[in-house]
Amino acid sequence: MNQDKDRSLEVRLKTPLGATRLDIGFTAGAGVTALFGPSGAGKTSVLRAIAGLLRPEEGLIRFCGQTLLDTGAGIAVSPHRRGFGVVFQEARLFPHLSVRRNLRYGAVFSQARGRPDSAEFARIVDLLGIAPLLERAPRHLSGGERQRVAIGRALLAAPRLLLMDEPLAALDENRRSEILPYLERLRDETRVPILYVSHSVAEVARLADQVVLIDRGRVAGAGPAAETLGRASLMAGASSRERGVVLEGRVAGAQPETGVTTVEIAGARLRLAEEGLAPGAAVRLRIAARDVMLSLRPVEGISALNSLPMRIAGLTPLDGRTMEVRLEQAGGLHLLAHVTTVSAQALGLAVGLAVHALVKSVALDHFR
Amino acid sequence: MIDLSFSPAEWTAIRLSLKVALVAMLASLPVALAVALLLARGRFAGKALLNGLVHLPLILPPVVTGYGLLLLFGRRGPVGAFLEQTVGLVFSFRWTGAALAAAVMGFPLMVRSMRLSIEAVDRRLEEAAATLGAPPLLVFLTVTLPLCLPGVIAGMILSFAKAMGEFGATITFVSNIPGETQTLASAIYSFTQVPGGDAGALRLTLVSVALSLTALMLSEALARLTARRIGLP
Repeated sequence: MNQDKDRSLEVRLKTPLGATRLDIGFTAGAGVTALFGPSGAGKTSVLRAIAGLLRPEEGLIRFCGQTLLDTGAGIAVSPHRRGFGVVFQEARLFPHLSVRRNLRYGAVFSQARGRPDSAEFARIVDLLGIAPLLERAPRHLSGGERQRVAIGRALLAAPRLLLMDEPLAALDENRRSEILPYLERLRDETRVPILYVSHSVAEVARLADQVVLIDRGRVAGAGPAAETLGRASLMAGASSRERGVVLEGRVAGAQPETGVTTVEIAGARLRLAEEGLAPGAAVRLRIAARDVMLSLRPVEGISALNSLPMRIAGLTPLDGRTMEVRLEQAGGLHLLAHVTTVSAQALGLAVGLAVHALVKSVALDHFR
Repeated sequence: MIDLSFSPAEWTAIRLSLKVALVAMLASLPVALAVALLLARGRFAGKALLNGLVHLPLILPPVVTGYGLLLLFGRRGPVGAFLEQTVGLVFSFRWTGAALAAAVMGFPLMVRSMRLSIEAVDRRLEEAAATLGAPPLLVFLTVTLPLCLPGVIAGMILSFAKAMGEFGATITFVSNIPGETQTLASAIYSFTQVPGGDAGALRLTLVSVALSLTALMLSEALARLTARRIGLP
């Protein structure tokens, strides 16, 4: 694969989307770009248009300098000539073919781009851990296995770009955590750029390099993952359980004897329950707003390892029962906390008030 | 007790019937598949009309269909005269005409079965195949066709069984000529028209019942087997 060529994807689309309209433009580069937004925002339509499965009213799609769609000039390259692999929400494996033949399906047509050889086949089968499934029929696979085979099938067609449409949405929590490590390996071990559609903050925080926020058919923001997701958490429409912050820091030190690692973020130190992270390594943390407790005074005799002095920067009622508290530190660290309205009144929470944010080490999601 | 040994004339009728039914089935297969695809997938003006025309032989009295064939495909009919002059294909009073009549009568059954199975194919699988690089014709051959195979096979066997039993349109179009157009059904009819023909009529009736029943059961079994092989529930 010619990795030195410009591999950016340029997308501009205008088309009806349910009751509203999709009116979107963004550019995606190498690595994983997430299209992130609430359900029904139009993410899947964007992906289908890029794959060539949906013809927008107006649009321009360019990849590697090649025009794939230009409604103005009457150009619309058909899906089978685009060379884009797609992993759909439902695996869409061919029921009449074995896993092996599903995996081989695309290879027949990808000769022009260099047919994957048997070494490549073995590598991808190994990467996804599907070697024991090769001779089985798709109907005898679990949901997670099916999705891994679907990912392998898309990869083995030697795609120039991999489009993933909420590949984990149809799976339960256990299956999701079964597949996520494979997706991370995929990101780290293949050079294929990935466009990843999701409405899950956790998935996007874990996988994406770049994020394009989509809300009600429009781009609401775009940029590096941590920065953009920080804003995304404040976005209307994200479910209150999903709200939180995504922070990037470095491993400051580890105490192997205790199994706790210290991470430095914007001058503050957080301890998380993890071993084996090298000092200096970049870590991305996600702190859900519902996992943050507030206290007016430093608390002693409590199991939570992180107590951070913060200042209240904002208070927003979420519904009648809960408040969202925005917290800041002089060094730039920011957090979100959800507290009940009753607690907020009892503590007298107000903008400018100094509080201590308590975060349980075991409640921290960290990636990379 | 009736004598179960067939006379040479009866054997001829059985063999002819099998030949006519087989040719009728095979010749109408590509046309039926194309029409089924058109009806299942196509969006065009006159689709309802095409659907009606396809099903017409199922509703019309067979004698009307046979007379229609005579008018169109007879030696003086516009299509019949044209085919005789261009490719030398003659239908009237030949076994080929019996096959044509059988094919037309079985056509709605074949198309219907194929159409339903094509409509049942999950089009999202075809999308997936396209994104894997398969051009439309190969998507059809490697995904659509294998997945609707049970319906295609069932349609073929139904049309074969229908052809084996065809009588009205055949006798109207190509008459009842022993050795040329006298199929099982026509032979049974002839036996019932002559004194002492009861035993022959009964023997051929049993053959007819046995063949039709076998075809129907085979159709069911094949459809189920294929469905299982291609991983459908």
